[in-house]
Amino acid sequence: MASASDQSGMTQSSPGLFDISLIVNGALQTVRVPARRLLSDCLRHDLLLTGTHVGCEHGVCGACTVLVDGVAVRSCLMLAVTADGARITTVEGLAEPDGSLSAVQQAFADCHGLQCGFCTPGFLITITAGLAENPDPSLDEAREIIGGSLCRCTGYQNIVKAVLRAAELKRLAEQ
Amino acid sequence: MFGEPIARLEDDRLLRGNGAYLDDLGHDALAAAFVRSPHAHARVLGIDVAGALDVDGLVAIYTYEDLPGRLAEPLPLLIPHPALTHGRTGYPLASDEVNYVGEPVVMVIAEDRYLAEDAAERIMVDYEPLPAVVGVDAARAAVHLVHPDVPGNVAGHLVQSNGDAAAAIAAAPRTLDLDLYIERSASTPLEGRGVLARWDTESRRLRIWASTQTSTGVRAAVAAKLELALADVDVITPDVGGGFGVKIVHPWPEEVLVPWAARLLGRPVKFTEDRIEHFVASAHERGQRHQVRVGFDDDGRVLGLDVRFWHDNGAYIPYGLIVPIITSTQLLGPYKPGAYRVEFSSLYTNTAIVTPYRGAGRPQGAFVMERTMDAIAAALGLDRTVVRERNFIRPQEMPYDHGLIFQDGRPLIYDSGDYPAALAKLKAMVGWDGFEAERAAARDHGRRLGIGLACYVEGTGVGPYEGAHVVVETSGKVKVATGLTTQGQGHQTVFAQIVADELGVPIGDIEVVTGDTRAFGYAVGTFASRAAVMSGSAVALAARAARAKAIRVAAAALEASPDDLEISGGIVQIKGDPESGIAIGTVAVLSNPLRYAFDEAAQAATQFAGGDIGKPPVADGDEPGIEGREFFSPLRSTFASGMHAVVVETDRLTAEIRIVRYCVVHDCGTLINPRIVEGQIHGGVAQGVAGALYERMAYDETGQLQNASFMDFLMPYVSEVPAGIEIDHLETPSPLNPLGIKGAGEAGVIPGAAVFAAAIEDAEGIPITSMPISPSDLFELRSSHRGDRAV
Repeated sequence: MASASDQSGMTQSSPGLFDISLIVNGALQTVRVPARRLLSDCLRHDLLLTGTHVGCEHGVCGACTVLVDGVAVRSCLMLAVTADGARITTVEGLAEPDGSLSAVQQAFADCHGLQCGFCTPGFLITITAGLAENPDPSLDEAREIIGGSLCRCTGYQNIVKAVLRAAELKRLAEQ
Repeated sequence: MFGEPIARLEDDRLLRGNGAYLDDLGHDALAAAFVRSPHAHARVLGIDVAGALDVDGLVAIYTYEDLPGRLAEPLPLLIPHPALTHGRTGYPLASDEVNYVGEPVVMVIAEDRYLAEDAAERIMVDYEPLPAVVGVDAARAAVHLVHPDVPGNVAGHLVQSNGDAAAAIAAAPRTLDLDLYIERSASTPLEGRGVLARWDTESRRLRIWASTQTSTGVRAAVAAKLELALADVDVITPDVGGGFGVKIVHPWPEEVLVPWAARLLGRPVKFTEDRIEHFVASAHERGQRHQVRVGFDDDGRVLGLDVRFWHDNGAYIPYGLIVPIITSTQLLGPYKPGAYRVEFSSLYTNTAIVTPYRGAGRPQGAFVMERTMDAIAAALGLDRTVVRERNFIRPQEMPYDHGLIFQDGRPLIYDSGDYPAALAKLKAMVGWDGFEAERAAARDHGRRLGIGLACYVEGTGVGPYEGAHVVVETSGKVKVATGLTTQGQGHQTVFAQIVADELGVPIGDIEVVTGDTRAFGYAVGTFASRAAVMSGSAVALAARAARAKAIRVAAAALEASPDDLEISGGIVQIKGDPESGIAIGTVAVLSNPLRYAFDEAAQAATQFAGGDIGKPPVADGDEPGIEGREFFSPLRSTFASGMHAVVVETDRLTAEIRIVRYCVVHDCGTLINPRIVEGQIHGGVAQGVAGALYERMAYDETGQLQNASFMDFLMPYVSEVPAGIEIDHLETPSPLNPLGIKGAGEAGVIPGAAVFAAAIEDAEGIPITSMPISPSDLFELRSSHRGDRAV
């Protein structure tokens, strides 16, 4: 079958299907997707990384947030083909290489920052990105970091605490 | 471990992205999508599927005409009641009429969800629109009917009374009338509904995973609809991304159709609800209009209370009259009116069905009662806490019989509680008595403050029962199973805490399974703040039974008296003598006489290893294993209680409402894990804020939901909830269960509308009679109030 290649090197293997490459949690993945496949669906259903959750599919709840080249992105608002060649971090990639929880994950456990756990992966990713930008947030800044994600269980009280605790854990680890 | 705020055992898995929610399962499954009614009320004239037939990946299309046997009958009316005289439920797929936007009409099965939706949008349904009945007032007016055979749109009508309220009011020195309204909101979990079904063509058994609050309920309902033996159906509740009530409804149309299709096709089928579907096609709650007439004396004591209200139950009423019955009984809160009469009508409208949402009729009840208390205080010029104090049931009056019938069909009798003590705590915490100085100081800076408080009593732990099974494995690990489900309440942790104490084993050796009919087949479900009370008690009883067995078996092995033994750290030992002990796993080995040794330890239990040859290896009435299986079925519900206070600031220009402080006093009896209880309160308070200030279901007059997205339905972000929620606990143990527990799940949301209405009224000096209230609403109220005064 003839294949066409665009500037990014992505190939259209058959009508409407594209072969893309993603570096997900450090591992190269190649996957064949239709043009309309959402990145969230590609991660969940093609790569079976189901830790990324879908809560609204219109970019408001934040549950599907992943890091794309280090930036927090709502994967339900991005097509998989547009992520071709990108480095993606999902919740499955947050733990340390030795398997221990990351500072943000540990802070959620310490602070009872989750109940049903459905929105949690999006918060973990969002806070990971937020603390990379601002490692020492004030209370108001901690609230700002999570200001675009929805949680129905916790009333956010312990998530805010977890942001501050994660910053503290990161500082302790660096000392 | 009981009472300790330990970190949750379930978190590690969830934090690593290793949770398994419904749509995380079944990657090999076909996908179901639904053609749903775009009309609130219409006749279905015809369905043309021709355009969909050549869609790639299409597997099957089903309409009502395809449904066989009992599947073609209306869905069950789950909770019948003598007062529910005109109960109507929908069909799994609409037959000849649709009654709300979102009602399923056609089911499409395809290779994936994208393709299923491709096919669904090519299916043409011909409708003849009918007039839509939207909202309580239109339903009452009954110019049009939702169901042609239901006069006045009235599904049910109930009157309860205790004493002669009319006479008491007529004789009272003072009377007041109030008209109070609350709009619709909804549970709105972050994960919608979902169901996955596999028909095993070889064993001819059905396995269902459902995002539900009752796996046993789904199992019974699906087995009945598909005419399968209960034993041939397993229902597993995986991780559930929140419930808050909406997932107690069962079976949803999708929950019977998906298993049916899986069996028919011999392939797994999955339905994952999307957000818009959840808004229009799951369930809502809260829409009620109330009229109150109250008679009281000059001290503010309520002599007679007469409440009439109208409940919007939506298009169908599968969950019966539970919500309005709860409002009608629980609005009494901590008070004892001299006489009480309540009357309600439950009305059909052409909107999504109404079923319990966290609080379940209590937020409306608290709103009605607390607004009444505030109105009495205002009328008499008394402090609002004084009026409440004078109407409280006193601790020494417990148990207190209200002379009414509660939602569980049993007498409304409060078991315990100390309302004066709770009020004293709340007043101290919020600084009630010093607030006028605070208000004056703020006023000097141009700021307008108001304070409100609201009380509630919540019947929790309703029956009929829950059960639990505890088994000690030969490894020493302890497996605990209870049938009700989990949606984030931390059941694995709190039930393990109970077992650790009762059985004397390390908490790390305990594994708890919930909501899996394979592990425990008898259960009711997780609703009505009942899991800790019901399953917690059953787990404790089962652990006690397992402990007694372990002690008995170990006593025989150690040639000691059972009275001299204890279990500590997983070792059964002579009290205070760890050297004497044997591991509980070894006791499990000894409890099970064996013919075949499977490892070295098991050799001790084989038939040539010893034992009394004059007795059977398993004594009469005994059984192998260290296990306990017990049920807990209390006489009545146990009544938790609490009080909230809020200080708000209202912007003089924009009418924006800002939360300055939020204080909670909460009594859920003994606390298993204070950290988890506080988490429940936090979440409840956030939903209370949501229902008071933000969330509403904006149906237009044709029955279209105008805000069916997270862009438009204002679920609070962190910026909308208080920056701190101050909590104090009062522990009055329940006498109705072995652990003294009362439920905690719903409490936080109950006084939300009431407490904000009170605080805003206090800030503004304008009666607040309708909730939620937005800045625009408040702005309008100010204008009209000024207008009223000018007249």
